[in-house]
Amino acid sequence: MKRHTVRELQDMIADQSVSSDEVYQLYLNRIKAMNDSINAFISIESDETSSGTEENDSEIKGVPYALKDIFCSEGDKTTCGSKMLSNFVSPYDATVVKNLRKKGTIILGKTNMDEFAMGSSNETSFYGNVLNPWDTERTPGGSSGGSAAAVAAGMAPIALGTDTGGSIRQPAALTGITGLKPTYGRCSRYGMIAFASSLDQAGILSISAEDAAIFLEHMAGYDHKDSTSSMEEVPKYTEFLNDNLSGKVVGLPKEFFDGSLDSKYQGLVSDSIHEYEKMGIKFKDISLPNIKYSVPTYYVVAPAECSSNLARYDGVRFGHRSSDDSDLDAFYKKTRKEGFGQEVKRRIITGTYVLSAGYYDAYYLKAQKVRQLINQDFLNAFKEVDVIMGPTTQQSAFKLGEKVDDPVSMYMNDIYTISSNLSGVPAISHPIGFVDDLPFGMQVIAPHFMEHDLLNIVHKYQMVTDWHLQIPGICRELDR
Amino acid sequence: MSWETVIGLEIHVQLDTNSKIFSGASTSYGSEQNTNTSLVDLGYPGVLPVLNKDAVMMAIKFGLAINAEISRRSIFARKNYFYPDLPKGYQISQLELPIVQGGSLEIQLNDGTKKEVGITRAHLEEDAGKSIHDKFSNQTAIDLNRAGTPLLEIVSEPDIRSAEEASSYMQKIHQLVRYLKISDGNMQEGSFRCDANVSVRPFGQTEFGTRTEVKNINSFRFVENAINHEVERQIDRLENGDHIIQETRLYDPDKDETRPMRSKEEANDYRYFPDPDLLPLEIDQETIDKIAQSLPELFDEKVTRYIEALSIKQSDAEEIARNMQIAEYFEATLDHFSNDAQMVSNWILSEVIGVLNRENIEINAFQIKPKRLASLLSRVDDNTISSKIAKNLFNQMLTSADSADELIKQQGLEQITDEDSINKIVVEVLNEFSDQKDQYLEGKEQILGFLVGQVMQRTQGKANPRLVNELIIRQIKN
Repeated sequence: MKRHTVRELQDMIADQSVSSDEVYQLYLNRIKAMNDSINAFISIESDETSSGTEENDSEIKGVPYALKDIFCSEGDKTTCGSKMLSNFVSPYDATVVKNLRKKGTIILGKTNMDEFAMGSSNETSFYGNVLNPWDTERTPGGSSGGSAAAVAAGMAPIALGTDTGGSIRQPAALTGITGLKPTYGRCSRYGMIAFASSLDQAGILSISAEDAAIFLEHMAGYDHKDSTSSMEEVPKYTEFLNDNLSGKVVGLPKEFFDGSLDSKYQGLVSDSIHEYEKMGIKFKDISLPNIKYSVPTYYVVAPAECSSNLARYDGVRFGHRSSDDSDLDAFYKKTRKEGFGQEVKRRIITGTYVLSAGYYDAYYLKAQKVRQLINQDFLNAFKEVDVIMGPTTQQSAFKLGEKVDDPVSMYMNDIYTISSNLSGVPAISHPIGFVDDLPFGMQVIAPHFMEHDLLNIVHKYQMVTDWHLQIPGICRELDR
Repeated sequence: MSWETVIGLEIHVQLDTNSKIFSGASTSYGSEQNTNTSLVDLGYPGVLPVLNKDAVMMAIKFGLAINAEISRRSIFARKNYFYPDLPKGYQISQLELPIVQGGSLEIQLNDGTKKEVGITRAHLEEDAGKSIHDKFSNQTAIDLNRAGTPLLEIVSEPDIRSAEEASSYMQKIHQLVRYLKISDGNMQEGSFRCDANVSVRPFGQTEFGTRTEVKNINSFRFVENAINHEVERQIDRLENGDHIIQETRLYDPDKDETRPMRSKEEANDYRYFPDPDLLPLEIDQETIDKIAQSLPELFDEKVTRYIEALSIKQSDAEEIARNMQIAEYFEATLDHFSNDAQMVSNWILSEVIGVLNRENIEINAFQIKPKRLASLLSRVDDNTISSKIAKNLFNQMLTSADSADELIKQQGLEQITDEDSINKIVVEVLNEFSDQKDQYLEGKEQILGFLVGQVMQRTQGKANPRLVNELIIRQIKN
């Protein structure tokens, strides 16, 4: 089996060696063949077309993609991985979906995810966990685990995900693909079901940085329906891909290299740094002194926002509704008890607590102040360096069930990724090798709205390495 | 013991924008249930609020009119609670950093004394939908047409000391928002509602007593009734040695009583926090200056101008200006007839308002437009017709589209000002009523009215009454 990049599909469609319909059918067939073993999709959209495209000369016309089930798409079931929305059919398109639809892309299906994007292993999904194509006893990461597994297993050439604390980068790292979280405000959040509004950002899971560049250009941009979206002009990312990296300075935060990383992963990181040095990049030790507070800060801010964002799931207008409507309080309690899973409840309760009278100052307000300090750390660092690098995760894919009963250990999964959400800066994870046949990823973080720099750096790396082109064994088995 | 009442009012004013505060849905009243609702008003998954700039402009207008500070940066916050007519499970409001802070308003009491009431703040927020409990048995219906309608909540300082003051403060705010054209102020439709924080304390004590919040007050009369009732209840309790419980009470206008809704202990913890979906609202000085320049002439300025430039009696000036629509009607009439502003004022305050009250309509629906009234009054002013005939014509004009001049012509109503022809009738009358003439000469001067009436009758009211008077006296004394 061959996995095609978006770039390759574009060329194939352009020189008419294959029609966009044939491409769509090819992927549908792969999804049908593999989804039982991977559980990457919650719904398969088998009757989509790219007709009605407003722009006929679109460079991505006919390219199919997988859509995380957190994005509303008109007429499609949109569950957000929850029982609460198991019957919810969205009456409208999220802005990023609409943007891509205008360009003639086709939705293959809606991918599995942790419930309401709360989780790092895909085990909180109401629709069963996704299996990692590299080892089906292991997690693909989360919360965009379905999107990551779909791309890794060749069930989709590219997928959309969302990243609130690492939900694109961590699964990308654990499945051996490229995952980009753009700057907060770069892509509209309209139609993306909210988890933590000040942290959520739509992004891309793809085979290569080049593919991410192609898609981001069409997804991103100001949206008057999202007051937090940015008016900053969207550059043509593909034009920056081949810029010379010589003279670039990369910061290595000592907080990411404090000796806690297992030596087998440390070796891969050192190898990739060496590869970058060959391109003329200089490395420099830096410090992000407040980054050690990222995880606790995040687990105050994100639950606080989620406790309010998820209040609308009350059974009154849409979604799951308890059959017990004997009185209002019982109805609310039963509806939410039945509709939400354990992790979502845990975060709603945490968030409700930190916003309560008497605790607000000590938790929420304090967390907001620490968040400012973390942002300031990044701003200071970027006075000295162009980008920051470090491991995306502390380990490769762990076994399903291993951490499910230990939320704190699960939360520590995001220790390297959370700070960029708190600060809003863009970050990308890319594969840099394997340990025990499991992929491992490295993260690159840039200043706000410098996605083109990230894509340029990773693209150059992917020109001289082939880690991102490795295909899981399960895909080869399927061909036999 | 004698008690002092301390009152602060929170007034909710629906702003008269075309669309809702965070969505594009219409705000029109009376549409079919749940039709003025967008996905944003319904709180659908994934949707986001976008602030309506018109609502912001209106709040700034109000702030400038009460000499308040307009916050250059204000914050929208979420007030979290569950209720079926609150679709998102939170209301977007403002807590810290409201758009308007620290203003004041002068009120006038019935005895003419004036008093300044401080206004702590005014903030923007969205209205909730409506729960309808009496439409289906054992079920509550939800209408979300109102959900997301912009509200300005105006919070006074605890400066108010009586139910009468509260009522005149409420009326003054009502008048102001109508003058500023930021609200229709329609209390039946719920566009203007009030909650009162009420406490009592022994005279001379500086600390406030424990207060209760009385909700659901939607008329000037009810605000007085509700407060009077609540003050009485509190004094009764205190004089019986009981404590006041800090609680929210509901005013029931049918029974004229307040009853508890919820106590502080069971009160919601609203868990306010800044809404991450909305950026802080930044307002630049240029915008504030522009709105300041566009502020209309307000009540006090209008009254002064009426008195000084138009020479109208103070009480009349105030009564005309009390209702901005009446004032506009008055000024529009003066545009077409400016010889005698006091006469225009007299006519509006007696005849026009008489019709409005009788027919229970607003001035905008009044049949005689300013231009037609002006033409009628011009004919009185130039002595073409008498006031009496004018009043008759005024009544005809309510149902006729004809102008005053057309009616005068059709009915031959021009006033007789020719002395010779009136004199003939005067002589005729005096001959016929010589007894009355003698009584007059004996000093019974009231009889003159009878004689004038006789002359007027014989001229079908067309004779100039002042002239008739003069001629009768002249004839008798001859």
